[in-house]
Amino acid sequence: MSDLRELYQEVILDHNKKPRNCGRLETANRMAEGFNPLCGDRITLYLKMNGDVIEDVSFEGKGCAISTASASLMTSAIKGKTIPEAETLFDSFHGLVTGHDCPVDAVTHIGKLAVFGGVREFPARVKCATLAWHTLKSALEGKIDAVTTE
Amino acid sequence: MTGGLATPKSRVLPIWKFDVEAVRKDFPILGTVVHDKPLVYLDNAATSQKPLQVISALNQYYLTTNANIHRGVHHLSQKATTEYEAARDQVRAFLNARSTKEIVFVRGATEAINLVAQSFARPRFKAGDEILITHMEHHANIVPWQILRDQIGIVLRVAPINDNGELILEEFEKLITDKTKLVAVTQVSNALGTIVPVKQIIEMARSRSIPVLIDGCQAVPHIPVDVQSLDCDFYVFSGHKIFGPTGTGVLYGKEALLDSMPPYQGGGDMISSVTFEKTTYNELPYKFEAGTPHIAGGIGLAAALEYVSRIGLTQIADYEHELLEYATSVLEEIPRVRIIGNARPKASVISFVVEGLHPHDIGTILDHEGIAIRTGHHCAQPVMQRFDIPATSRASFAFYNRPDEADALAAGLRRAIEVLG
Ligand SMILES: Cc1ncc(COP(=O)(O)O)c(C=O)c1O
Repeated sequence: MSDLRELYQEVILDHNKKPRNCGRLETANRMAEGFNPLCGDRITLYLKMNGDVIEDVSFEGKGCAISTASASLMTSAIKGKTIPEAETLFDSFHGLVTGHDCPVDAVTHIGKLAVFGGVREFPARVKCATLAWHTLKSALEGKIDAVTTE
Repeated sequence: MTGGLATPKSRVLPIWKFDVEAVRKDFPILGTVVHDKPLVYLDNAATSQKPLQVISALNQYYLTTNANIHRGVHHLSQKATTEYEAARDQVRAFLNARSTKEIVFVRGATEAINLVAQSFARPRFKAGDEILITHMEHHANIVPWQILRDQIGIVLRVAPINDNGELILEEFEKLITDKTKLVAVTQVSNALGTIVPVKQIIEMARSRSIPVLIDGCQAVPHIPVDVQSLDCDFYVFSGHKIFGPTGTGVLYGKEALLDSMPPYQGGGDMISSVTFEKTTYNELPYKFEAGTPHIAGGIGLAAALEYVSRIGLTQIADYEHELLEYATSVLEEIPRVRIIGNARPKASVISFVVEGLHPHDIGTILDHEGIAIRTGHHCAQPVMQRFDIPATSRASFAFYNRPDEADALAAGLRRAIEVLG
């Protein structure tokens, strides 16, 4: 039970129930779609870029608690960040949830995103946690096709 | 066997006549401990567990018999051939087919349907010809026809279902036209549990001389099937859903039809003579069995069919029906739970959604309670679209499941609601 609570931390449940930055961003100048064929979750990510800076960001879509909370917390975390800063966060986050050679403590500068540390104990859920991030990457790279987590 | 059940006060339990503890002994995997909890395996519609009788048939084959079939004069090859052909006869008897020529061993239902699409439909259908399916087909009975549509321009017609998940027979009948060249329907829906009145459908089609394929994947583990009394032209199922090995399956086809069809794949075993100029194909059913088959698998499948036949499919169906009714009543007591698919009659499959919770989260929490269910679209995305939901959770019961496992499921769901809020 304890690792279930690790997975479904209060912050995650809160962001699932009340996702932040949720809805279409009318001023967006970049957009990408993500799809997790395993559970059917879909997300659309909107970015308003000002040069190198993510000036505003939002997402649309309904998914499981992990993917919804991840999108909500990611959008909060990357707002105002530069592309390289967002990419560094992506790498840290990826390390955090997959646990590849990467103790949780070693993942620094990740702030609130640390609540996803419990995901590494649930390999089947890693794709849920990273869906928003993969979609972000594709939006930053300006890809148009929907990314999938497969 | 009602002893030890956590029985809610208000409910009158049926008197369980089926000796579930006796059959559970045949399935050692049911004793697995998952996250410190006893396994509650409710994902039988995805694949069923295998009894010792099947496992031992596979073992025995490799320990005492292994050789290639149909091509050796030596002892083991003859023995393997004899056992494999005896397995075919077991399948024939199970379906009550006239002849073993009508029993083609394949990899599974998916391969069987693709075989019919490519060897039966493709050479004889033309652009504009229609194939009629239903809205509750598994992707395996949709995509092969779409491939055919791209190849030769057939038209796929889809008969609607109602809010209970039942096929609307009047609409189905209206969709049968002069252009309908094949009807392909599932006998039991894997996503909803609906038992489709295939006998009526077959009569409708046959009275207009339209051939019918029945996808029996979810039917054979639960309902006695007789292809002669059904009078369908093709019947397909997968071995792994009826307690047999994965990678095994059966295509039943009426002999005259199979005879008129070109081979599906070319290779060894499906020929009688080969020169570079001309090859003559082997007789039925070998014409459709190119290459070395899953010999042990076929023998294991026969052991599985023998096993369920010995218990008796009528007994199985009766017990599972009681389980279904019980589990349904237990789940219906949980606030926010909505069952998707309330067809009558229904097989022991319960698809449901919990308001405000995503199936994926439910699946994770139940897994922590040792409970295995399936979450997602169940390879039936059009069904999800019909009910306007992205996914469901699905509990599917086999005859080795116990009523207290339905109680465990209900307790797990209450836990999920508590954890996720
Ligand atoms: C109704 C139905 N048809 C076809 C299939 C495909 O079976 P297989 O994957 O074994 O080929 C399934 C399996 O889920 C099914 O439930």
